Amino acid sequence: MSDKMHIKLKVNGEDKEFLAEPRELLIYALREKLNITGPHVGCETSHCGACTVTIDGKSVKSCTMFVAQANGAEITTIEGIGTPDALHVLQENFREHHGLQCGFCTPGMITRATKLLEENPNPTEEEVRFGMAGNICRCTGYQNIVKSILSAASEINAAKEAAQ
Amino acid sequence: MNDMTPDREERSANLKGLGCSRKRVEDARFTQGKGNYVDDIKLPDMLHGDFVRSPYAHARVVSVNKDAALALPGVVAVLTAEDLAPLNLHWMPTLAGDKQMVLADGKVLFQGQEVAFVVASDRYVAADAVELVEVEYEELEVITDPFEALKSDVVLREDLEGQTEGAHGPRKHHNHIFTWEQGDEAGTNQVLDNAEVVAEETMYYHRTHPCPLETCGSVASMDKVNGKLTLWGTFQAPHVVRTVASLLSGIEEHNIRVVSPDIGGGFGNKVGVYPGYVCSIVASIVTGKPVKWVEDRMENLMSTAFARDYHMTGKISATKEGKITGLHCHVTADHGGFDACADPTKFPAGFMNICTGSYDIPVAYLAVDGVYTNKAPGGVSYRCSFRVTEAVYFIERMIEVLAIELDMDAAELRRINFIKKEQFPYTAALGWEYDSGDYHTAWDKALETVDYEGLRAEQAERVAAFKRGETRKLMGVGLSFFTEIVGAGPVKNCDILGMGMFDSCEIRIHPTGSAIARLGTISQGQGHATTFAQILASEIGISADSITIEEGDTDTAPYGLGTYGSRSTPVAGAATAMAGRKIRAKAQMIAAYLLEVHDDDVEFDIDRFVVKGAPERFKTMKEIAYAAYNQAIPGIEPGLEAVSYYDPPNMTYPFGAYVCVMDIDVDTGVPEIRRFYALDDCGTRINPMIIEGQVHGGLTEALAVALGQEIAYDDMGNVKTGTLMDFFLPTAWEVPNYETDYTVTPSPHHPIGAKGVGESPHVGGVPCFSNAVQDAFRAFGLRHTNMPHDHWRIWQTANGLGLHD
Repeated sequence: MSDKMHIKLKVNGEDKEFLAEPRELLIYALREKLNITGPHVGCETSHCGACTVTIDGKSVKSCTMFVAQANGAEITTIEGIGTPDALHVLQENFREHHGLQCGFCTPGMITRATKLLEENPNPTEEEVRFGMAGNICRCTGYQNIVKSILSAASEINAAKEAAQ
Repeated sequence: MNDMTPDREERSANLKGLGCSRKRVEDARFTQGKGNYVDDIKLPDMLHGDFVRSPYAHARVVSVNKDAALALPGVVAVLTAEDLAPLNLHWMPTLAGDKQMVLADGKVLFQGQEVAFVVASDRYVAADAVELVEVEYEELEVITDPFEALKSDVVLREDLEGQTEGAHGPRKHHNHIFTWEQGDEAGTNQVLDNAEVVAEETMYYHRTHPCPLETCGSVASMDKVNGKLTLWGTFQAPHVVRTVASLLSGIEEHNIRVVSPDIGGGFGNKVGVYPGYVCSIVASIVTGKPVKWVEDRMENLMSTAFARDYHMTGKISATKEGKITGLHCHVTADHGGFDACADPTKFPAGFMNICTGSYDIPVAYLAVDGVYTNKAPGGVSYRCSFRVTEAVYFIERMIEVLAIELDMDAAELRRINFIKKEQFPYTAALGWEYDSGDYHTAWDKALETVDYEGLRAEQAERVAAFKRGETRKLMGVGLSFFTEIVGAGPVKNCDILGMGMFDSCEIRIHPTGSAIARLGTISQGQGHATTFAQILASEIGISADSITIEEGDTDTAPYGLGTYGSRSTPVAGAATAMAGRKIRAKAQMIAAYLLEVHDDDVEFDIDRFVVKGAPERFKTMKEIAYAAYNQAIPGIEPGLEAVSYYDPPNMTYPFGAYVCVMDIDVDTGVPEIRRFYALDDCGTRINPMIIEGQVHGGLTEALAVALGQEIAYDDMGNVKTGTLMDFFLPTAWEVPNYETDYTVTPSPHHPIGAKGVGESPHVGGVPCFSNAVQDAFRAFGLRHTNMPHDHWRIWQTANGLGLHD
């Protein structure tokens, strides 16, 4: 055990300060220190993506990053995407197109998808499949996840066009 | 009353009952990250448990020194078998009638076996302490091959030495567990000996793992003030866990509450009882504090619940025209160090005796020999009813091999041997009574949709082009037709640890006309909160949106045997319909009283009771519910509640026809799935959207198993596939789009005719993917090659056939 570090993060728009061992993984700091339990632990080896969060604008698997490395960062988790009264268009589309079953991968999946659609607002099916390949789902076979994301992209684009 | 006036249509639609693609009620929570899984549970003063595991597959445990671990600040306890022995908890019974070490008692039998349980203030301290526990091992000879095990002098299970009788009859050798025989051996041999054509094949259905995205875990909290133990965990069968926990711990069952919260996928992994659950309970009793145990992915793949590992030898006989006359199957089943298979008690090889498949085979014989090796225990049904995937893979490969032997088209061979529609209910040679089926219709629809003749013509052209050197890609057309056996099961022959495999539903209608229903099952992603409400809506005329479904808390839910083997809809779904009918019967009496007519003079109409012949006189279910609570009705108790414990008269037998079209690059061994068509007949369809989702998911797990996923060991018993780097879970990139289709052949004995669907796509999918790979090489003389068909193995197959020359 080593000395604890003073960690400052901005998570879902809120400033957080706490003490943590430098070796503590970001996912455990989020889940156990901040009670942000949306991101899940599926593998601890960066393969499954259940722990995906957004750090300073990039999709990151929080199970393979030390909380010390994230010090000072701005983090968005599934808890910061949409609200119960106004779901994010991806959340709505995952429900509409049955893009989830057990729900364990869903927070990471949707968090990653929000970034994917920022990186590429008008993806092809192939680009969605490639862009989501870091997130494993054991239940859905991906077909409806891909459908959900493509549908969300069209809705976002249609809304943008309408606004112009 | 029979014409669907707009009014009735609208009322019917408002129910969101049977047959509609109702959106899932679960999704609001899950899409917002508000699921509540075991690892999300956080209790005051909660401690964390972690295991010291054996690096050896077979070794004597000479000593365990806890001193350094106990000296680490934050470590509360280190438990070993010695600590559990006084409580008689160092061993536990398995679901298969064997017993299993909770913590290593003198020796270890597989790599990753639990040796000591460290309890500490947080998961990091616990992990540090695990490293500080000093265990001295004396290595023993390792046996990872079941055939070697049956010849070896090495005694794996010294605790059973000298026992010639096991839970399932005589043991032939000290590493032998059981022999399970079904059917007519002499009759089958006679037919085979005199047959016009016999095809023989040996195949290995490799060891794999269900690997749900959430690993197994539990939180135990012993409240010493009121003597109550609460146990949260990843349990596919929470009520059985409560009974087992009571029997093991001596705590009376009413003082134990077991809760399955949200479960992040199960697929069979979470049926069994694991040492981690037991240790978290003991640690909570010892420390007086809540104790959480959650395994990591490597622990999950190495120690909890493998699937398959069946070495199968088959002989199938037929006339020259292709009419099958007999089937012989022998299985050497590798069960690992303990027989912890999760099967109904009387079925040590599950329902492997469904291996005659969808075919009218007059005589058959099956024998399964269970064997101990130095591999992890388990033998669960990974996305299938008990060993049904093995059975269907076996028969669907035997059919292909027979087609090669006969030089016949495999689709036609299936067609001429299908059980005919008019033969149902059909009693198979190995004993099962298939409830209903229309295989020819399903098969013809499938072949027509994919243009089967066209595919074969294209394939023949491809072979010719390949031979001319114009392409390096071959084309495979994979076929499978499967019959599942699900919905275990009738109490007369199905039990788990003595508990009959019924299931249950309890309904309470609230005064304002909404309802709660609780069931003995537990969803792991299947969407029970959505679909069971639909069943009930159609039965009791209350909108599904006004019905809460609750499962998984043994303090509130009625006793049931849980969710696995596609049993929820066939058994608990039936209980739901039956309990709903009790509600309706009482509602009828209340309606008749309110309408001042005789009970027989009112009839149910969607969401109300109407006076026969006078539809303008009615009482809605909402009005009836209110009356049940606010009126004194002569001869009728207040309230509107019902409970049903449903003992199914038979299993249900879903079936389906699958076709896979695949291109294979012979130089890289990479298969490319061009098309996958899946026709499923699961009887009455409750929610088409959810059925389709189940089919997509099951097919993807089938793709994984057929094309690369395995738990592999080296000769030293080291697990070679212990992380997701090595253990294949397909991503969106590797998975095709599937075409789904259906026919509807209701189960005649199920109250709503439903059969269950969650596992069908896996059962039918594995042989379909495998057959596609193997079919691509049929023209070059391939008869059979074992799964998983990863790129390297496909390349080797091509190489072995001289295609790289």
